[in-house]
Amino acid sequence: MPLLQLKDIHCYYGNIHALKGVSLEVYSGEIRTLIGANGAGKSTTLMAISAIIGLKQGEVFYHGTSLAGRAPDEIVKSGLCQVPEGRRIFPGLTIRENLEMGAYCRRVKSAINADLEMVYDLFPVLGERRKQAGGTLSGGEQQMLALGRALMSQPQMLLLDEPSLGLAPLMVEKIFSIIERIAGEGITILLVEQNAHAALNLADYGYVMETGKIILEAPARELLQDERVKEAYLGE
Amino acid sequence: MLNTLLEQSSLFLQQLVNGVTLGSIYALIAVGYTMVYGVIQLINFAHGEIYMLGAFLSFSLVTGFFGIGLPFGLAVVIAVIFCALAGVFLDIVAYRPLRRAPRLAALITAIGMSIFLQNLALLIWGAQIKSFPRAVVPAFLFAPALQFGDVVISWLQVVILTTAVLLMVMLQLIVHYTRIGRAMRAIAQDKTAAALMGVNVDRVVSYTFALGSGLGGVAGILVGLYYNAVYPTMGYFAGIKAFAAAVLGGIGSIPGAILGGGILGLAEVFGGGYISSSYSDGIAYAVMILVILVKPTGLFGRFARDKA
Ligand SMILES: Nc1ncnc2c1ncn2[C@@H]1O[C@H](COP(=O)(O)OP(=O)(O)OP(=O)(O)O)[C@@H](O)[C@H]1O
Ligand SMILES: [Mg+2]
Repeated sequence: MPLLQLKDIHCYYGNIHALKGVSLEVYSGEIRTLIGANGAGKSTTLMAISAIIGLKQGEVFYHGTSLAGRAPDEIVKSGLCQVPEGRRIFPGLTIRENLEMGAYCRRVKSAINADLEMVYDLFPVLGERRKQAGGTLSGGEQQMLALGRALMSQPQMLLLDEPSLGLAPLMVEKIFSIIERIAGEGITILLVEQNAHAALNLADYGYVMETGKIILEAPARELLQDERVKEAYLGE
Repeated sequence: MLNTLLEQSSLFLQQLVNGVTLGSIYALIAVGYTMVYGVIQLINFAHGEIYMLGAFLSFSLVTGFFGIGLPFGLAVVIAVIFCALAGVFLDIVAYRPLRRAPRLAALITAIGMSIFLQNLALLIWGAQIKSFPRAVVPAFLFAPALQFGDVVISWLQVVILTTAVLLMVMLQLIVHYTRIGRAMRAIAQDKTAAALMGVNVDRVVSYTFALGSGLGGVAGILVGLYYNAVYPTMGYFAGIKAFAAAVLGGIGSIPGAILGGGILGLAEVFGGGYISSSYSDGIAYAVMILVILVKPTGLFGRFARDKA
């Protein structure tokens, strides 16, 4: 049974039919990636999973149970957390407060504090600047904060929306190695990326999306060799 | 010569005291506007009516208007709790269904709720000004607490000021050091991101209404006692002035609302005292227009880093 399963989901923004029957699944312990050009519907897919956007048709299953009618906070509580596109940290909250927001659904103070230390270990720059406003961090540091914030929810599964967006190559490498490490801890990952090369190299399996539809899916290794993918997304 | 100087300075001192008292009341109301604006970007025009309800309810409970008269302290507590709940109810019934609608729709609804509540009060209590009978209010409130020369500070003024200060400190502690306060600030900065962190946005908005409305209710009770007048339209004028205070401070900013309330209270009392008392109401409008023209973001700008 897949951990996360989307069955033929349709989403609209007003009259715009943004998702036209998207189906995909992610198994526990995997990294799967969803690649595609600007405007393909990748972020919409993640927002639909997180229940920020409603479905017109189709269903999302998590652990085999439908998420229909669940509010965003209930989905986070069930262990499914998203790191949204553009990081969206809270600029006026301190780094520590941002991380505490990640642990919003948790109650055990001592466990939260232990995880704070864990995040500070993983991202020392966050520990050093814990009392500063999140908005004072650089783009790469903000991405670390967004990842750390999501980890504070003790997720079973992470939805990552373009974590490499706007970052220098060195920082991209760093973020990807951290994602790999997070996956190594047993957290299942659905990674949305425009950096198809890096994403396919990291992932087990990939989906290619175009104008609201999945047009291709295969193990990541195969997609890296696929002529169409090479031409359209790998620039070869 | 010396005499007039003394007279002048005691007048000044008296007005300073009166201005600070009035300002602390405006601040109590203004934070309600600013907090709600912070989380849902709505100017809750019915906030003044919650304040009016606070005054009417405490009056009614203490005088036995509804059949049984309660001790003053108990009446105050119940009135404040009722105001908090009324604020939550107002949001759920009137504003929540319009959360995704254009902002103008919610704004018009807010104005509608304000008119509705005013008329509801008119229906229940009538148009005549009610005043607290001396017998039901603790007597010490009207005794002077401090007196030097012509300057008199009544216990009621002391109570108003200390209540306002304590409540503002409490509010700052809640907003900055509690889980729910952190969620309020997070929502003010990015609602979607807050929801993605597992914040039940509607619930936090309800808490915000409860807090703001409770404080508004306290202000209504204090003003009802201070001017000893309770009437259905009292929330309209106080509401406009407190809103002006919130705009002056930078709508969305709690410290801004507190400072704006203080400034407006002082401006009104001094303007009324030194220019003409018939101008005192106009001062609030003048301040608001000036702020909107010169610095629309107010003293603590709405786009300041920390909106709370
Ligand atoms: N809030 C919105 N209102 C209207 N249309 C929207 C909205 N958000 C996205 N869209 C449209 O929906 C489609 C899918 O957008 P989406 O953001 O999911 O794409 P994406 O694959 O994430 O793109 P990118 O790589 O640029 O992030 C696009 O055509 C976009 O213009
Ligand atoms: Mg996107």
